[in-house]
Amino acid sequence: MDWTPYLAGLGIGILSWFTFLLSGRPLGCSTAYARTSAMIERAIRGDSVLEKPYYRKFVPQIDWEWMLVLGIVIGAFITAIIQGEFALIWVPSTFEAAFGSSSLLRLAVALVGGVLMGLGARWAGGCTSGHGISGTLQLAIASWIAVAVFFVSGIIVAFLLYGVIAP
Amino acid sequence: MIERDGGALQRLRQNQSLQRLLGLVMGVAFGVFLQLGGVTRYDVIIGQLLLYDFTVVKVMLSAVAVGMVGVYLLVHLGLASLSIKPGSIGTTVLGGIIFGCGFAVLGYCPGTVAGAVGSGALDALFGGVVGILIGAAIFAELYPRLDASVLQRGNIPDTTIPELLGVRPGAVIVPMVILIVAVLYGIEYLGL
Repeated sequence: MDWTPYLAGLGIGILSWFTFLLSGRPLGCSTAYARTSAMIERAIRGDSVLEKPYYRKFVPQIDWEWMLVLGIVIGAFITAIIQGEFALIWVPSTFEAAFGSSSLLRLAVALVGGVLMGLGARWAGGCTSGHGISGTLQLAIASWIAVAVFFVSGIIVAFLLYGVIAP
Repeated sequence: MIERDGGALQRLRQNQSLQRLLGLVMGVAFGVFLQLGGVTRYDVIIGQLLLYDFTVVKVMLSAVAVGMVGVYLLVHLGLASLSIKPGSIGTTVLGGIIFGCGFAVLGYCPGTVAGAVGSGALDALFGGVVGILIGAAIFAELYPRLDASVLQRGNIPDTTIPELLGVRPGAVIVPMVILIVAVLYGIEYLGL
């Protein structure tokens, strides 16, 4: 039996104690993307962007959560290097086996998926971390419903993609 | 406890620059665990959604069980308070369906996509991160209209399962942890 997923889960669970204790907040990731897109929009279109009702709620600034997401990149990078698993890859092997090795196709699919995910995460008010781990561990009703919907619709779409669309 | 430690904790939590540093440190730890757990890989996430690799469920459920016990203990000791996200059918279910579609098409989520970038996945960086930023911007643009129409539809109680049931948290936490352990045991038993 492989204990690694459980040790990783144990680590994330203990990490959530520290985020609640030291920062007074749950682990979450998707708000950081909303703040980043607001910062990019502000750089292009100026301060009028700040008037958008959504950006009044989520002010474009580098906060705890933004640094958390940056930290994930760094932590995964260091670990991947130590594991010897760091590799620049365009097309993951499961995708390649079903849809071929075109990096342009994978990029287009990932972009569409990313747009849906960014839209859906803000629409649902959280992601697999904010609802899926932090919300459910607090036994929040909305979060249990959210994570059930995430997985049920994800499973259906994955089966459609790999079962029906894949050649 | 609140009297003795509350002041220092309050000051710590309100120190913006220290919080940014703490966020970075906690993020590095999160990234280490996500990478170790294997969930920064497209193949693992798609394997979960295609129901032949249960790594994502193993990581999430063990994190939830461990986190639940400690966080509720902190709350009980007066050292932390819960932070419950509100919801409705219009937000949680509709948004969740869109999220699920993105989850399957992208093969990462907003946390693991950052980890995937760290491990060298270029589809995660140029497809995933860029797409999520565009999706978030689209939501911000649509927000006033969505808020006036669908987002408030079908209220979901803004509370926790113990509060809804009117029982003490322990009465839900203990059976929940037992249930999670049983589910994980079942997954291992089936060799998933």
